[in-house]
Amino acid sequence: MSKATALILIKIILLNGVLALATVAHSEQDRSRLLATGGASTIEGSAGGGIVPMAVLSGYGAREEQGGTAFASHVQVPHYSLSVVGASWSWRNRLELSVAEQRLSHRPLSQLLGVNDTSIRQTVVGAKVRLAGDLIYTPLPQISLGAQYKKNYDFLIPSAAGARDDSGTDLTLSATKLLLAGVADRNLLLNGTLRYSKANQLGLVGFGGDKNNSPELLAEVSAGVFFNRHWLIGGEYRQKPDNLSFISEDDWYSAFVAWFPNRHISLVAAYVDLGEVATFRNQHGWYLSLQGAF
Amino acid sequence: MTGWLMNRSLLILAALLLSAGMSACSPLGKPPADNLYQRLGGEQGIEALVYDLLVEIAADERIVERFRDVNIPRFRQGLESYICSISGGPCEYSGESMQVVHAGHGYTDVEFNALVDDLIRAMEKRQLPVATQNRLLALLAPSYRDIVYQ
Ligand code: HEM
Repeated sequence: MSKATALILIKIILLNGVLALATVAHSEQDRSRLLATGGASTIEGSAGGGIVPMAVLSGYGAREEQGGTAFASHVQVPHYSLSVVGASWSWRNRLELSVAEQRLSHRPLSQLLGVNDTSIRQTVVGAKVRLAGDLIYTPLPQISLGAQYKKNYDFLIPSAAGARDDSGTDLTLSATKLLLAGVADRNLLLNGTLRYSKANQLGLVGFGGDKNNSPELLAEVSAGVFFNRHWLIGGEYRQKPDNLSFISEDDWYSAFVAWFPNRHISLVAAYVDLGEVATFRNQHGWYLSLQGAF
Repeated sequence: MTGWLMNRSLLILAALLLSAGMSACSPLGKPPADNLYQRLGGEQGIEALVYDLLVEIAADERIVERFRDVNIPRFRQGLESYICSISGGPCEYSGESMQVVHAGHGYTDVEFNALVDDLIRAMEKRQLPVATQNRLLALLAPSYRDIVYQ
């Protein structure tokens, strides 16, 4: 583990320690939705898994309550690392607002290109509305519509690579269902998301490009099995656009284990395969995300 | 917990103790060995589960007030025979449908989740296997639309 990675891990642990303390004051019964129904925090801030959002809204507020989360996540692959911190607030299990601050470190790419900048920062502001259904209690899956506005603050390398814009908005439509006793009497989580986007590598490499400059419909799926109500094991797939002729972009995969010890803390560890990322091939590695819910 | 809530909880507990031993099921023949009813521990298991559920409800500020004027022994028996019958046990639930029983009270999403939460706690206290817990929840969860905001 590099020094920088260790530092980030320590930051994550400290942040969530503070969060945990702040939330202990709350009684367990202040937020009523069942354990794990708030999902984890994705790297774009919306509730879901790690790389794919779901129709669930963050936190544990039922329809007469509110809830929120704060989180820190880290992705480490051979030539890149991505750190994310963010927060969300959900109202009456109807509306979720979220923000995520992303920082991509790309020292090897800088060396290759001979530029001084070694990181790209981006802010993602998201809103998600539950349109219909309930994750658990209705035959219809829970269905939510989301929007993610993204602003890239370090557009030098993205523009050199052929990206057209330094900001953009993704639209997402998600359907998520928890099938109680769905497989071998274990609870089965199924999610499908359609994304309408022209973001390159989340927007970290800008929006649109020389090869294609209009938004596309992209498919994302995730599935998992609850070993018991505290442990979820699953995987995700996220289709990616390929807008730049200079650097190609691959679809993403993850395999994750999520731990929900109680309604205040959750931890996700994953193996991620990001394929080729801006000239570097075989970018697979690990992902860690810690969330505090209040 | 406020004073009267505490009193209410104690009342429910007292009613529970008094009603212990009342049987909910009238045996109609032996169910297959591996059905959910058997996994819940049969008649005794369900009685114990409902008892533990009522103990959880009595301690749950979100919903205990809803049971203020309820005839607890009768509720207990109704719930026992309901769970017995939907789990494939040898009983006939003779009460009204979930919709009729709960209509007019405007039970909320919070309250429904609270009750499910209490049930999960009760099942964990009884150390029921995860698979058994999930199967019972799968049978009960669809009643949401008959109970909430009715
Ligand atoms: C999975 C959800 C639920 C199931 C399966 C369920 C089942 C039952 C059953 C079987 C009875 C007894 C009916 C009878 O024998 O007459 C009953 C009564 C009752 N239920 Fe529920 N119930 C559920 C949710 C709730 C919720 C969320 C509340 C409110 C917090 C609630 C409050 C009551 C009350 C107060 C009674 C007693 C009615 C009376 O005797 O006057 N129930 N329920």
